Amino acid sequence: MNDITQSDNLAEDTLLIGGINLHSRLFVGTGKFSSHEIVPQMLEASGSQVVTMALRRVDWKNPQENILNYLPQNTILLPNTSGARTAEEAVRIARLARAAGCGNWVKIEVVQDQRYLLPDNWETLNATEQLVNEGFVVLPYMSPDLGAARRLRDAGAAAIMPLGAPIGSNRGLQTKELIRILIEEISLPIIVDAGIGRPSEAAEAMEMGAAAVLVNTAIATAGDPVFMAQAFRLAVAAGRLGYLAGLGERRLTAEASSPLTGFLQEG
Amino acid sequence: MFYEQITDWQPRLSESAWESFSGVDVERVLTRETLRPHDLVVLLSPAAHSYLEPMAKKAQALTIRHFGRTIGLFTPLYLANFCTNSCLYCSFHAGNEIVRCKLTVEQAIKEGEAISATGLQHLLLLTGESRTQSGPAYIEECVQALRPMFASLGLEVYPLSTHEYRRLYEAGVDSVTLFQETYDQITYAKVHPSGPKRNYHYRLEAPERACEAGISAINIGALLGLSDWRQDAFFSALHADYLQRTYPGVEVALSVPRLRPYAGSFRSSAAPVTDASFVQIILAYRLFLPRAGLTLSTRESPQMRENLMPLGITRMSAGALTSVGGYSENNNVGSAQFEIADERSVPEVVGMIRAKGYLPSFCDWVNMRKKAAVGL
Repeated sequence: MNDITQSDNLAEDTLLIGGINLHSRLFVGTGKFSSHEIVPQMLEASGSQVVTMALRRVDWKNPQENILNYLPQNTILLPNTSGARTAEEAVRIARLARAAGCGNWVKIEVVQDQRYLLPDNWETLNATEQLVNEGFVVLPYMSPDLGAARRLRDAGAAAIMPLGAPIGSNRGLQTKELIRILIEEISLPIIVDAGIGRPSEAAEAMEMGAAAVLVNTAIATAGDPVFMAQAFRLAVAAGRLGYLAGLGERRLTAEASSPLTGFLQEG
Repeated sequence: MFYEQITDWQPRLSESAWESFSGVDVERVLTRETLRPHDLVVLLSPAAHSYLEPMAKKAQALTIRHFGRTIGLFTPLYLANFCTNSCLYCSFHAGNEIVRCKLTVEQAIKEGEAISATGLQHLLLLTGESRTQSGPAYIEECVQALRPMFASLGLEVYPLSTHEYRRLYEAGVDSVTLFQETYDQITYAKVHPSGPKRNYHYRLEAPERACEAGISAINIGALLGLSDWRQDAFFSALHADYLQRTYPGVEVALSVPRLRPYAGSFRSSAAPVTDASFVQIILAYRLFLPRAGLTLSTRESPQMRENLMPLGITRMSAGALTSVGGYSENNNVGSAQFEIADERSVPEVVGMIRAKGYLPSFCDWVNMRKKAAVGL
């Protein structure tokens, strides 16, 4: 289960990662937007504190094209290793990100499959082990697999980021049962990353007990990304409240009005 | 080997086969999420011609989902135009009396600096096919000299051996562009009457050799209009699909070069690719390969580029010259390979992309191999 403070006040419900107490459980990405100018507005509407960006796409030579120049000062940067095909490449990207002043958080993304962009858990684990040893706060993006998640935890990952569906697919929580098991079994924040296509799916992940969700495509490619960011903010908060409130057990049939074991109480 | 797929499919792609589909077949394909090669035949068939609008809507949605509203920018740099081939459709044809030249490494650096000053960070290096004038060692020298200035260096030269690709990869090349021109062997032999390019198979298998050598992105395509465009479009996309499946770690992209006027008198015997057919090809590529990059060059007019962009294009050249040199004021200029239809400068192309509601991306990928730091 997640290490959370049960509270009826959402403002006091924080998520601790890498020594930082986060108030927002919505992580967002910066890719796929039609302009950089819209990103700060989207961020404000989302209320997000943690923002991921592909280091491969950061344009260091053109200040007006550099996405980092559009992020508010207090943003927690979560550079990701998009484009890495091996642990070695991911480690190199993480080091370059830190050297470039992006802080010491990193989302490991090692993909060897360009058709579905599914992560390689084995390479991800290798990169996680190395980067934790180098003092990084490591958030590995992974295919939800309990064995792999345990190894990532043992390697020192700060959170686990299982995919709900392939990146950019907007298919929702296709891996729901596997994510449920991770939430149940792994004593680290489980952050559902990839696949969430609509606010209701983010709410669903939060109701299940996910510590946070990361959303990019669904916001960036919406008709109005700023409104969509706000919708996700509300959905994440609603889902979280639902989880904290203790959801009533879902029943498939109506409760029998005359209990079958009622006779035990009779006489 | 991909050639087996060509020999397997070719007999099934007769004119009557293309004509055998109806609107019902197209509608059925449009409801599918994952397309098979047979579905691609349907989308390239005459029946699909009446379905360009629904195809475009689906293609646009797929592109935005996978790539966002982003267009990657690059520009070509012709290093040399010496050529031992005699491709009938090309200005660099060995028999053409054009101004031949080759940049020295110092000149290449000057050109690189001029291009880099425009903000572009993805550079495509080209040469004609002359192993004596612009051999792999010369290309390697240029790559090493230009690498520090650019995020990514691509190569569009004659087909190389695996070992040569490996050397250039080690030197800093991360993508390879190589067009088969046409997959039809009879036309291929006709339009390449002499020179090393006559070897159809060596060219066909070059993308695989590049993948084996470690290259992380491959861009292929047919010169549309050289032979029957339906067949060439089909085999280009099938080739891309084959490469994606065989090398899942490699980013595979398709280019859509359409035959352009050049310094000569070549007239293709194949039917020209009309604008509507061209659109049909781009849409069929996108629907069949949702995650493949689609590259559009300055061979097309500004108006055409603007209209094609939202249909599935992910990469465009900007401010391009097809002459040897010319970006830097101090260098001599060799003759151009083909006429450019979109002569707009980088800022003009950037402005157009923004006006269309897209983000022009100068840097979509940094080749971090052996790099000590980013942005230096």
